[in-house]
Amino acid sequence: MNRQIAKYIQENTTEIISKWKEQMKEDENERSFQMTPPEIMDKTSREFADLMASNLLESHQAYENRLYDFSEKVVRLGWSITFVTKAITHFSEIVFDGMEQEGIITQNNTRDYMKEFSNWITPIRDKTIDAYSKTWERTVSLQKIALQELSASLIPVFDKVSVMPLVGTIDTERARLIMENLLEGVVKHRAEVVLLDITGVPVVDTMVAHHIIQAADAVRLVGAKCMLVGIRPEIAQTIVTLGINLNDFTTSSTLQRGVEQALAWTNRKIVEVDE
Amino acid sequence: MSNQSSVEIQTEWDIVAARQLGRNVAKELGFGTVDQARITTAISELARNIYLYAGHGKIEIQRLTNNGMKGIMIIAADNGPGISDVRKVMEDGFSTSGGLGAGLPGVKRLMDEFKIDTTQGEGTDIRATKWLR
Repeated sequence: MNRQIAKYIQENTTEIISKWKEQMKEDENERSFQMTPPEIMDKTSREFADLMASNLLESHQAYENRLYDFSEKVVRLGWSITFVTKAITHFSEIVFDGMEQEGIITQNNTRDYMKEFSNWITPIRDKTIDAYSKTWERTVSLQKIALQELSASLIPVFDKVSVMPLVGTIDTERARLIMENLLEGVVKHRAEVVLLDITGVPVVDTMVAHHIIQAADAVRLVGAKCMLVGIRPEIAQTIVTLGINLNDFTTSSTLQRGVEQALAWTNRKIVEVDE
Repeated sequence: MSNQSSVEIQTEWDIVAARQLGRNVAKELGFGTVDQARITTAISELARNIYLYAGHGKIEIQRLTNNGMKGIMIIAADNGPGISDVRKVMEDGFSTSGGLGAGLPGVKRLMDEFKIDTTQGEGTDIRATKWLR
């Protein structure tokens, strides 16, 4: 019975694909179809059809490898998972209808074929979803690592002066990282002044402010001064309206002025030389 | 006349999503950068309260039009433990979680209208509105 289905697919590939494409286009205005160039679309569709047939013939292992490669490719093309599962359903429906018309599926064996079809389609769908979620998981975990690397690094800019640029949203996890790196860095670089640059922090609410205040307090405890720089005008206004007290802080609007102030604290300044 | 969209708050990252939604709506309505910052900060506070105290809830953003005035309303609703003493949480510096205690009174100052409905053991519903001037 498997072979019958496979044989039918192989003999009528072109027809099935064109019908399938028609139906997918009709079904939804899926962007994947309009955005993918037609020749790639053709190739991928053919590959998809091959894959669907190969499941019926090849050994389990070979098929799994192929399925994995294919789903990787589909993910790269940017087909959505809804689109792919729909594609699988449509494909099997078209094959079923086609075989019915050809008289291969008759009233007597409909039940058996239906069972066979579901045995054929279900694992494909499961595997595809599995492959998708694996790709996603990998992406997410890679991005998490990348984000952590970006998170909070203390950069020594001058002797005794270090800068920590903060970019992006600060959540509890990052606040912890900021605190750890800040204290470790201060001790390691023997910094006397640390500039916390919040130019890249989109929202400063009470929690973010609280974390910054705590970090500054901790820095004070290890014997350095903390300065808050990069406060944008709208952030300044919201901080005031929220009623957050930053009186214990030296603050400045730009990193540049912060650095000047930090040098002044350590009895230095930048001068122009005339030659 | 209103038009709304919402974000479920379950994890810390949902706070960011709610904020983003609010900022986009505020921008579309024509709020300036300072008001955008006020609105997103208010959403951030309310969403964080849901995350910290109720664990699960919803932030709804409504566009309002009233006699030709345009505005934005943030609705923060949860089925959490409720607030036992509303007057106290509206005082500056009161916090049960070791925070700054500026959240709710801060939101009230950031926005134009502020209304809080809470029943102990049943949940809290906070509505804060900002009008476009």
